[in-house]
Amino acid sequence: MLPKGTARRRSDHPLWFLIPALVILVVFFFVPTVFNFVYAFTDWSSFKSAINFAGVDNFTSLFSNGTLLNSLKVTLVYAVLVAFFQNAFGLGLALLLERDTMVNRAVRVAFFIPVIMSALAVGYIFQALLKPDGALNGILGAVFGTSVSIPWLGSTTWTIVVVAVVHAWKWMGLSMLIYLAGLKTINEDVLEAARLDGANRWTMFRAIRFPLLAPAVTFNVATALLGSMNGFDIVQATTEGGPGGTTELLNIFIFRTFGQGLFAQATTMSLVLFLTVTILAFPVIRFLRKREDVL
Amino acid sequence: MTATATTAPTRTAAAPRRGKRAPRLRGAVQPVAAILVALLVLGVPFWLVVATAAKTQAEALDPNLEAPGEWRLFENFAAVFADGRMMSAFFGSLLVMVPAVVGVLVLGSMAAWILGRRGGRLSAAIYALAISGIVLPPAVVTIVLLLRQLGLAGTALGMIGVYMGMYLSTVIFFVTGFVRTIPPELEEAARVDGAGPVRVFGLIILPLLRPVLATATILICLYIWNDVFYALFVIGGRIDTLPLNLYQVASAGLYLQNWHLIFAYIILMSLPLLITFVVAQRRIISGITSGAVK
Repeated sequence: MLPKGTARRRSDHPLWFLIPALVILVVFFFVPTVFNFVYAFTDWSSFKSAINFAGVDNFTSLFSNGTLLNSLKVTLVYAVLVAFFQNAFGLGLALLLERDTMVNRAVRVAFFIPVIMSALAVGYIFQALLKPDGALNGILGAVFGTSVSIPWLGSTTWTIVVVAVVHAWKWMGLSMLIYLAGLKTINEDVLEAARLDGANRWTMFRAIRFPLLAPAVTFNVATALLGSMNGFDIVQATTEGGPGGTTELLNIFIFRTFGQGLFAQATTMSLVLFLTVTILAFPVIRFLRKREDVL
Repeated sequence: MTATATTAPTRTAAAPRRGKRAPRLRGAVQPVAAILVALLVLGVPFWLVVATAAKTQAEALDPNLEAPGEWRLFENFAAVFADGRMMSAFFGSLLVMVPAVVGVLVLGSMAAWILGRRGGRLSAAIYALAISGIVLPPAVVTIVLLLRQLGLAGTALGMIGVYMGMYLSTVIFFVTGFVRTIPPELEEAARVDGAGPVRVFGLIILPLLRPVLATATILICLYIWNDVFYALFVIGGRIDTLPLNLYQVASAGLYLQNWHLIFAYIILMSLPLLITFVVAQRRIISGITSGAVK
């Protein structure tokens, strides 16, 4: 009885339906990833046709000339800054535009426009806006009544923050929508009970609404953090990794060295990116999930 | 019964009071604040784009917020069309996007149907592996090597394969979750009538997946239409897409100080997605948000 039943069940959902998707995934995703672990240890380049085993030479040279640690540090700092700004902006907008009025609906749609634009285009727009004699300094000059010429994209300390803000500007509309959806799921009765207990707006937000937003926070922080580690377009369009390599994300380095024909070094950095994201992804998601469970 | 009867009136009595007090307190401030924030945060960059795209080269040399002396928006659009390779880039974008999107939707739904219906450790392991690509970055350098070995380097087919490999995981993730909400009885009915798995999938499951496939289509179109990073590695210099073309135009244009043409290009390349979004914004927004918060 049972074997017959399960046999029929199995043929109802045959495994061969998986095969086309798995073939594509294996060929175009998993095999290149495995190649990463192989070619990072070779001397593959455009300067010669043979590819030889080179041990950990790529790692030692990238480590000793400081580029590996620099790119890694820049990537991590960038990811944390983007996650912070994107969520701060997104949550702020969600709270500002929470009520379902005509104006709010229109403004929400407007804030989603950067999300659908090309990140490269956003980068060029801000490159123009942030020039020393550009529009932002023009506005600041008009407000303060003096001429302002801050080199927003020319500081070895602060430019990474500026670029992270641009990245957050592009994606904050998406975070906003997800926070808005999260706010909608909060039960009105809970809020009403708190209101009857005399809670003010700020207490209600801190003690009730923000904790209940945990699933939205998980999604937004995880996607912003891990997505921006794979960033390229905005930084390439604004600074190309400069000034002085202070915004050189791993992907910028990979693109530049690939263009120079140093394929093995590019592969090595690609492997570093893969390992970093892998190592970070699981703890980040678990940590955020745990926060949800506590509540 | 009695419980709902007693609570219902109190709740309706409380609702209007709450509704009226909030607007009175911040009724006038909130819309003004919302519009001001939007004007400052969005209006300034967007005005800069439109104003600069309508200027002459001399006026646009230093992009600023001044209105153009004479609006030359359409002349600049025409110039972009004439000396850029915009039309071929547009068709190049379509050439890689359409097959990749159709491919991931069909293959991803097929796999997701099986993964959503079958239990067991094998299915769970395959599912975990299949969705790992959502977080893990693709090995962009060795993909090029692999494509060379396959004879697909620099071809549309190679690019389509790479995009499919990257975004299948997103489709499988979204659709598997959705499949689990479809009652299996719907399949059973067709099966009793003698339909095989192909017909059950094509006639029963696929039509029911429409809402989730619509969301996935939008997301993946967004990614592929705007992608420049992977395109630079795989088809850069061989096939033009709109972002690749923008990258070349801007790289040369910044050197030549052609901000008016760069911004005209940006407006033109954003229009297809912008129009789609404005037309279907309600469905797009609800589709994207419903998947995220669970």
